[in-house]
Amino acid sequence: MVAAIKQPGWIRGALGALLGAAFGFALVVALRKASGLPAFQSEQTGYPQVVVPLVTGPLGFLLGFGCFDYWLRWAAGMPTIPEDHSQHGAKSWRDYFRFNTDHKVIGIQYICTTFFFFFVGGLMAMLIRAELARPGTQIVDAATFNSLFSTHAVLMIFVFVIPVFAGIANYVLPLMIGAPDMAFPRLNALSFWMLPLAGLLFIGSFLAPGGAFDAGWTGYAPLSTGAPLGQSFFNLGVQFAGASSIATALNFLVTIITMRAPGMTFWRMPLLVWANLSTSLLVVAATPFIAGAQFMVLFDRALHTNFFQFAGGGDVVSYQHIFWFYSHPAVYIMMLPGFGIISEVISTHARKPIFGYRLMALALIGIVVLSYSVWAHHMFVAGMFSWLRVPMMITTLLIAVPTGIKIFSWLGTLYFGKIHTYSTAMLFALAFIVTFTIGGISGVMLGMVPIDIHVSDTYFIVAHIHFVLFGGSVFTIFAGIYHWFPKMTGRMYDERLGRIHFWGTVIGTWGTFIPMHWIGMDGMPRRVADYASQFGDWNLLISCCAFFLGACQLVFLYNMVVSWRFGPKAEANPWRAKSIEWLVSSPPPIFNFDEIPRVVGGPYEFGVPGARHAIMAGEGAEVEAPEPATAVST
Amino acid sequence: MMGRLPIAKMFAATLAMTAAISAVMVSIDWDGQQASTAAPKVDDLLNVMIVLSSFVFSLVVVMLFYALWKFRAKPGDESDGEPIHGNTRLEVAWTLIPTIIVLFGAGYSWAVLNEIEEPADNAMIVDVFSQQYAWSFGYPENGGRWSQGELHVPINRQIQFKMHSQDVIHSFWVPEWRIKKDNVPGITTTAIVTPDRLGTFQLICTELCGFGHASMRATVVVEKPADFLKWVDGLKEHVPQSYKESILQDTETNPIPVGAGGA
Repeated sequence: MVAAIKQPGWIRGALGALLGAAFGFALVVALRKASGLPAFQSEQTGYPQVVVPLVTGPLGFLLGFGCFDYWLRWAAGMPTIPEDHSQHGAKSWRDYFRFNTDHKVIGIQYICTTFFFFFVGGLMAMLIRAELARPGTQIVDAATFNSLFSTHAVLMIFVFVIPVFAGIANYVLPLMIGAPDMAFPRLNALSFWMLPLAGLLFIGSFLAPGGAFDAGWTGYAPLSTGAPLGQSFFNLGVQFAGASSIATALNFLVTIITMRAPGMTFWRMPLLVWANLSTSLLVVAATPFIAGAQFMVLFDRALHTNFFQFAGGGDVVSYQHIFWFYSHPAVYIMMLPGFGIISEVISTHARKPIFGYRLMALALIGIVVLSYSVWAHHMFVAGMFSWLRVPMMITTLLIAVPTGIKIFSWLGTLYFGKIHTYSTAMLFALAFIVTFTIGGISGVMLGMVPIDIHVSDTYFIVAHIHFVLFGGSVFTIFAGIYHWFPKMTGRMYDERLGRIHFWGTVIGTWGTFIPMHWIGMDGMPRRVADYASQFGDWNLLISCCAFFLGACQLVFLYNMVVSWRFGPKAEANPWRAKSIEWLVSSPPPIFNFDEIPRVVGGPYEFGVPGARHAIMAGEGAEVEAPEPATAVST
Repeated sequence: MMGRLPIAKMFAATLAMTAAISAVMVSIDWDGQQASTAAPKVDDLLNVMIVLSSFVFSLVVVMLFYALWKFRAKPGDESDGEPIHGNTRLEVAWTLIPTIIVLFGAGYSWAVLNEIEEPADNAMIVDVFSQQYAWSFGYPENGGRWSQGELHVPINRQIQFKMHSQDVIHSFWVPEWRIKKDNVPGITTTAIVTPDRLGTFQLICTELCGFGHASMRATVVVEKPADFLKWVDGLKEHVPQSYKESILQDTETNPIPVGAGGA
């Protein structure tokens, strides 16, 4: 027992969480006693005796679990654990439940954790659609309904879409650039372990008196500043998710900039690497804004500051400015890594170099720059300064240009290729082009102020966001998971089940989200538990399609779980792809490369006679003088 | 490279598909009844965008399915495609043409925005008060009378709604008018509308405001000026003192609507 407490791990972690929470609780009670206040504050929003342990408890867990062991020992002058790589690699499934510094293990930890939250959030979506199947009240009351859609959105955004991309990139990106690991492996592990804490805080808010947070994922003040305790769970969960996201982004930036294999110039990086470079630039600069916004709300609630309390001289609209200054770039944080995945998948399965590779990379950078100048298009009816609307409209519409470049370049990549559609990854990539175009088109319409005034906060918005986030991001996530499944697990998945999942998902997505455009324009507001009976039939259809869509995801789950266990063994390079991760075995050796790869050409040299992207150092010297990386445009 | 593709046929297919989609989509009455002078302008903009969007969508679909039909690998074919890395003229084209389309859209939208927010000299001011979960309305030109849950306005006269909120953010939406504006605590916001159809409509709250959000509705009646005067004079209540005081504390973010030359 004593040994178990000394060892980093779950027992010490649980103990740390308990001690941390107890410390926070005692601190609040003692300070309040010392100030002559009643020990407990049961005022609706305050509850410092709960809020402070919500910070100290998770931190105690991280300490106990071993996330800080190395740094603390080093800082205290104690002997650090020798680098025996005991925290590297996974021999059994148990190793995935330990503090592990191997980027491949962390990548899989990320993906499995985020998909757990995807299914929890998806279950909430099913409940939402069950309630909305008919007008009137079906299964939940209005307050629970508000909690359900708020938690659904928060789980999907903060602990599924954003981090699952970090997970895929965690696994693939170091391999792709020929690096043995991420630049900061311990920070990488810490980033991961903050994530389940964020998810548990979001879900745990259902246990709070007054129910889970119910002000939407946007948490607009002053609805959020006056909401019951559950809102504080949201404020704090975002801090853990945000810190995780920022640390990972820093890690990616340093890894990409400093750890590329010899010969991999910026213009030889695969587009997935470019995409994660762009995303990380967005994350490090934008995420602090949502962290700040949620701290300000928390302070308004617990410390009675007046950032957004109009009665105390605060400004209500400024919350939205700060929130969207993160949350609009966040849309691209949720999309750019997907663009990278699509580029890899399409080029590989069309057996063609990416059409206009440099323009593709520059389009990513263009999106990064523009995305900081469009946030107020979420606020055209919010009562901000009127003059701000037109410039924001113009930048918003202009961002369609680099996005259009990407769509047309993927299409161009298909031409004169040899398109293989046997892989489910390719099917999702091709369907993504069409569904994302629809989401982009409705986005352009929303960017136009007069149209936005009419459809803002209606089901048109719900349709748009799900077309870009589900038909867009989630399709790219599926493409990525199928594409690298053989590399990650060393097994092949079942393509027949993959195709069932694909067609079901495409039909379910269109059936669910296309009709929402219409009912929104026709007068159905969003975030309502009840609606006018004229929309009843459409909503019934939408709900049926949503249940079908949900059921199809179980096929995916079954396919992944069973194939991981029993699938046929995968070769090193089942897709005959060119990038470096396919040069090593599936799954890769524990330190990725037994010898350092050398990059001798562009990443997509399909059809170029004799061209290679990378060679292993030991391989013959006959490719000593590589050809110029990029062939001449035709 | 381009010479080897049936560009004219693909373009014709795109145009045909655009025409087919547009014909169906434009004929559908997406936004419902039009009941203000702004409504036809917004709907025209929407229809123009539907046609342009149909073109973009058709172009993507035609390009995709032609490629899938023409360049699909034969079973067992393990060879690579042609090593084409790009085409500068094409890349410039699909950067510039979308830029022109969206800038056209922005200019058109701006013009529509200026038109629908153009303030009139004889506009009537109506105060909109919102509180979880009810609407009430003050008529300063009619002795500060006050109605709850029912808004009456005269037809064919511009109304400038001054929006107020007593607690959280609400949003004022009458779909038939195509007008929406948030009611923000601490700020007076303005919405301009000229109703041009008699009838009864619904005012819907579109900003999440709590558990009663879905049921926060009010009735809107557009009537002839004489009927309106009769109705408003028959109101017994006046705007409560607390509401009047809260208006005075408000700041007004956009006293001059954008169309008045401010932007």
